Order: sequence, then C-alpha cells, then structure tokens
Amino acid sequence: MSMKFTKDHEWISVEGDTATIGITNYAQEQLGDVVFVEIPDAGKQVDQGDDTAVVESVKAASEIFAPISGEVTEGNAVLEDAPAIINSDAEGDGWIFKMTVSDASQLDELMDADAYKSHLAELE
Amino acid sequence: MADHSQDLKKTPLDALHRELGAKMVPFAGYEMPVQYSAGILSEHLHTRERASLFDVSHMGQAAIRGEGPVAALESLVPGDLAALSDGQMRYTMFTNEQGGILDDLMVTRRGDHLFLIVNAACKDQDYALMEAGLPAGNTLEVIEGQALLALQGPQAATVLGRLAPAVRLMDFMTSEPISIGDIHCIISRSGYSGEDGYEISLPGEDAERLARLLLNETEVRVAGLGARDSLRLEAGLCLYGSDIDETTTPIQAGLIWTISKRRRAEGGFPGAAVIQDEIENGAPRKRVGIKPEGKAPARAHTEITDKNGTVIGEITSGGFGPSVKGPVAMGYVKTEFAKPETAVDLMVRGKAQPAQVFKLPFSEHRYYKG
Repeated sequence: MSMKFTKDHEWISVEGDTATIGITNYAQEQLGDVVFVEIPDAGKQVDQGDDTAVVESVKAASEIFAPISGEVTEGNAVLEDAPAIINSDAEGDGWIFKMTVSDASQLDELMDADAYKSHLAELE
Repeated sequence: MADHSQDLKKTPLDALHRELGAKMVPFAGYEMPVQYSAGILSEHLHTRERASLFDVSHMGQAAIRGEGPVAALESLVPGDLAALSDGQMRYTMFTNEQGGILDDLMVTRRGDHLFLIVNAACKDQDYALMEAGLPAGNTLEVIEGQALLALQGPQAATVLGRLAPAVRLMDFMTSEPISIGDIHCIISRSGYSGEDGYEISLPGEDAERLARLLLNETEVRVAGLGARDSLRLEAGLCLYGSDIDETTTPIQAGLIWTISKRRRAEGGFPGAAVIQDEIENGAPRKRVGIKPEGKAPARAHTEITDKNGTVIGEITSGGFGPSVKGPVAMGYVKTEFAKPETAVDLMVRGKAQPAQVFKLPFSEHRYYKG
C-alpha cells in the first residue's frame, strides 16, 4: 500500500503483515540536524499513541509515537551510528522501526498523502 | 497556529535574517534566528573552524554615569570593577541577599562611565534593580537603538582586521571605540563561544550595512542562537536561567574566579555573607561538566544519581556537542561527587545511563593571548 501519515508528522507504510514507520520530510526539516535516535527493541508491545522511539536534534528530543498498535519487530540499527540519514532520506532509508499490525482498521483513521499535504498547508 | 509575532520585538537585522533563510523563534521577548539554512551543526563547526556572525542585539546595553560609577555598581555585584583600567571589561553578576544570581553581565570601564551588557530576558529587572539600588549621584542610562553583533571564530581577527586593522592587537576582554568606514562602533575582544572573537556595539541603523560587509568576507557565515548555545555549552559557559539563577551562588556555579581577593575580603555586595561563608567553608553543591558515556544526550532537568541510584543532582544544560561529536552536559552535583572522573548515572527516560563528571570546558578555550 502507499504511505499513510499522522498529525505528528510520522509516516507508516504497510507491506503484508509489517508496517514501517518513520518521520516525514517536513518533520526532519523542522527538527534540523538529527544527532541521536533511540530505536525500540524487537518484541516491544505498543498501543497506538505510545512513545516508541526518540529522535534528537541538537536542540531537543522528540518522541516518536506508534501510529497503530502491534509488536515492534525491528529497529533501524543503522541510525545508531548514522542518525543524519533521517535528514537525508526521512521517508526512505531513514525509517525508524517496523512493527506488526494488530488492528488494520487503525490505518483507516490515518491521512493519505493528499490529506497530509492539506494538513501541512494549514500549518503554513 | 496562533500568531504571537506581533507581541515580539525585532532586532535591526530582522529583514536580513529572513533574507538569509533564518528560522525565527521567540526568545526573551524578541523574534530571533535560531538557525539559518545551513543548520546548527554546520553553523557551530564553521564557528570553531573559521568565523561566524551572530546577532545578539536583543541583549541589554546600558551605562552608569555620575560621581562614582565604579563604587556604585560594586554595591550590586561581586566583581572587582575598581581594578579595571580604561577599556577593560569583566564578567560579573548581580547577586541577591541570599547570594543567588539575578543575572550575569559584562562591565566595561569607559572613561568616566561604565558600559554594561546584560541578558535580554533579565534586562528590565536589572534596570529596575539599578534604578533602585545605585547610590545617589549615579544614574543609569539605558541605551536604546544600539545593535550588538558578535563575530566569533579563529579567523575573526583576520576578517575584522581587514576592515579595522586596530582590532588585531586588542587584548582579550578589552574594548575600544573604532570606526569602520563611517560606522561608529564600540568593539570588544570578547564573546561567548570559547573562541577568539569580537562583539560590536553600533547604531541599529548601521547594523545591516556592517553585517553585510562582514558576510561578504569569504571566511564569514551567519549563525543563530542554536549554534551559540551549543558553542557556549562545549566551552563550559553558563546560560542564565539554566545553569545559574537566583538559587545558585557564584561559588556553587564555579564562578569564584570572578571575585577578587579584595572583594572576597571586603564584601560589600548583596549576599556577601553567604558567599564569603561558602568560600571559607565550601558550598554544598558544585556546577560540573557531565560527559555521558553513551550516545544519548541528557537534557536539562535530567536527574543525576550516584551508582547506587541516590539522586545527587540535576543536569542544567545538555545536548549534543558538534565539536566533541557526542553528548555533553553541565549540572549541579553534591560537592562530594564534584571531582572529575567521578562515575554517575543520568536518568534518561527512566533508564540509568552511565556518565562521568568532566573537567570543563569540553572544547578548549582559544581566546587571544597576544
């Protein structure tokens, strides 16, 4: 499926049973240089909205929330040594964690690309 | 989103900041550039390698004139102002009766008067304190409409020296009236980055012209408050409101070096008894550098514990040090834990992260020594 987006500027992309989550390009622009990412451990159970990861810029730490409920299956270990990948490729190689989808209906509540674009336009 | 920008003051460089792609944020009642398009990391590193221009026009500028400005201001600060020769400047602080710090400031002796630079967030309170507290016969003159630019970095002297050769041989912490073309400046060799550099006070209407002159030099790039903060943190310099405030004394803050023998002995400033007692008998806590061993930054208000989990203090400034290439922090710990290399833990998001007390600064000062 194509990407879905949250109001907190995260993206989620589902393939089969696995969802991949990251922050949007808009979010990385707002944060500035990312210097540290705390990725979750595989096996962590999360409910929709739970603090699941942390992305830190020079100035501040930002919580990354689980956009849906499920179990974390993998954190992007590459970010531990190269957090700036989030700046260079937020919506690709800068993914933060992967998780299972326990309730597919939660995905329906999220924005598609057009809705997210309108959401960003409102923030301008 | 709510627009509060109308309540905020602008510096004389506001239009230039926007032209240069600054991200503007509210800071101490002003709209200030936190970073430009290059970003904080790059602005920070450029400052340590070459030279950066900062707009610090939000800071308060004032003069004290009258019968005895030196003795007058010494009644409010522990700094030794009588020892200043003409053109010399000194870092000191306003103290309260408990020995706490009301603000930190720079004081320059300039002929018959003293010139002060105070923090933007504290300036109204500082001015009120001086209006009320200066002995009769001395008056405070708040200087409005002056801009303040900081040019910081190892190539600052080369760059500014091209425009005003006299600045090259200025001693660190001295100040002189120097014109650049037709722009009347008061230039001091000082700053808050840990690097060599200058601070330039000049009429607001000339600020953009001088800023453009400086930015035209190949070595110079513009930098915002974000880089200013990470630079001063690596340099171990205090941020008022974070590392020092009304509850911290100069002794606890490790600023005893700002109080001369004479002033320690004579007192005569607010809170002198408390401060003299701490000099004599030691302070219960000390500001120290804290170096996390891992990669996770520890931000302000992070609890510091001993290795048994007992709380021994708190981080007051913390983040990522671009030149250190890792997390750096400052905070207060009980004095028995203040020795460099003492092992401690930082409670970051509920997890104990190992760290060490670190002898400040993280990044060696490179001030001009002549």
